Amino acid sequence: MIRNVLAVAEREVKSYFASPVAWVVTAFFIAIWGFLFAAILSGSREANIRPLLSNFSVTFLFLAPLLTMRLIAEEARSGTLEVLLTQPLREVELVLGKYLGSVAFLVFMLVMSLYFPTILLIFGNPDKGPLYGGYLGVLLQGMSFLAIGLLASSLTQNQIISVAVTFVALLLFWLSDAFSRLLSGPVAQVAQYVSITKRFEDMPQGVIDTKDLVFFLTVIIGCLFITTQIVAARRWR
Amino acid sequence: MITVEHLTKHYGRVAAVDDISFEVPKGEILGFLGPNGAGKTTTMRILTGFMPPTGGVATVAGYDIFKQSLEARRHIGYLPETVPLYPEMTPRSYLHFVGKIRGMDSNLRRARISDVAEKCKIEDMLDRHIGKLSKGYRQRVGLAQALLGNPDVLILDEPTVGLDPRQIIETRQVIRDLGGEHTVILSTHILPEVSMTCERVVIINRGKVAAIDTPANLQRRMRGTDEVEVEVRGPSEAVRAALESIPDVVSVNERDNGAETCIFEVGCSVGMDVRESIARTIVQRGWGLRELRPTAVSLEEIFVQLVTAEPGT
Repeated sequence: MIRNVLAVAEREVKSYFASPVAWVVTAFFIAIWGFLFAAILSGSREANIRPLLSNFSVTFLFLAPLLTMRLIAEEARSGTLEVLLTQPLREVELVLGKYLGSVAFLVFMLVMSLYFPTILLIFGNPDKGPLYGGYLGVLLQGMSFLAIGLLASSLTQNQIISVAVTFVALLLFWLSDAFSRLLSGPVAQVAQYVSITKRFEDMPQGVIDTKDLVFFLTVIIGCLFITTQIVAARRWR
Repeated sequence: MITVEHLTKHYGRVAAVDDISFEVPKGEILGFLGPNGAGKTTTMRILTGFMPPTGGVATVAGYDIFKQSLEARRHIGYLPETVPLYPEMTPRSYLHFVGKIRGMDSNLRRARISDVAEKCKIEDMLDRHIGKLSKGYRQRVGLAQALLGNPDVLILDEPTVGLDPRQIIETRQVIRDLGGEHTVILSTHILPEVSMTCERVVIINRGKVAAIDTPANLQRRMRGTDEVEVEVRGPSEAVRAALESIPDVVSVNERDNGAETCIFEVGCSVGMDVRESIARTIVQRGWGLRELRPTAVSLEEIFVQLVTAEPGT
């Protein structure tokens, strides 16, 4: 079980590093964050990582679809999915492996971004709580974006469609906080509840609420479960 | 090793595979022959567990391909028709990846990879990118992938497509060597390939089995008689009469070849070899025997006869 998941994940990570898309995404990510970091720091003159991390949703909203578009869509298009599904490999192992591979790449991107807090630690004295909490929040948020992207990638053989579906889905999650202010009653509450940005607000302050953890884990597990079902259902076509 | 009973697969209302049954004993090489769209690939995809059948049962190595899919898949090596590979990987890393999924430890993987690379003649290409390999090499990387786990059953969908003539001969040899130890099903539309590599043939047409037999039996069955072609220099009427008087000769047809010789197609009862009596007869009368050879109905003809037959006949 674990062995197969790791085999799929390992292949996926290697294929990320062999792909120009992943490098462009990383470069873009670091460049945007570098710009924001410089702008925020020169404005506030405060050794605080929070404003930077709260911009993660916006940047990753654009980047996550590019990281996940290939995952299953490309295998379905090229036919390699046929080879995988005729190996002694369960659908859930395939999906978990793919997901872990993309998460590993997210971790790589976040590690690359660690030089921003490192600069703060060298030249200032930022609070450690918001730093740890913030990075945990960023990781969880990124992981739920990737899970949504993986789900979209399993729906199609076309990477462009995969990107579009992921992007629109993430945008809706992101905007639901704004929607909730326009609405009232239970609908507004639901919109508030599913708002990924709202969920994330506390973490860069160093506050980790179990409710938020449960929310992110639910999104991730739910998406992975549905993806597994979709991959299994592909056989019936 | 493989049993297929009343297998059916519908795509919507279209029956791609319609009540197919056959068995393959251990160690046999079975050929699937049929026109495009006959249901060869669909049958293979069902046997490999890629898609479930609409009806019927198939077992591989004693495991139901649908109910005990994972177990059955452990015993199968599969080369899909399109030979899907990852272009950014090298054959070596690809084979390691497949080996890991098949639960092989690193020593076993290394040993098996050098083994299959030698068999499929891709040793020199192991560390190039698959995307840069020629069609022929890619085909052989796919074959190496199917062989890697040393599976009991190999299912090869058109394994020689895209190879050059020398590679085709080598690949057929690889497949022939697999027989005995491995059970092989291969599909093809190259007819000579079937008589060269397969012990039995299943001819599939419109999702149904049109015939199952050995290539030799199929040829005999389609004819009812054996045929010999004789080229003789001599008076054609007299020669014809002499040929007709030979016991076991059923029919004599003359074919004009416009030269001083004439060619006769001599039909005789099945299993009777009349060549020696023909030769004796002609030489005794002092005519010139130019050529004497048995003609066989080619698989092409059988194939065309079987698949062009109207449904129900």
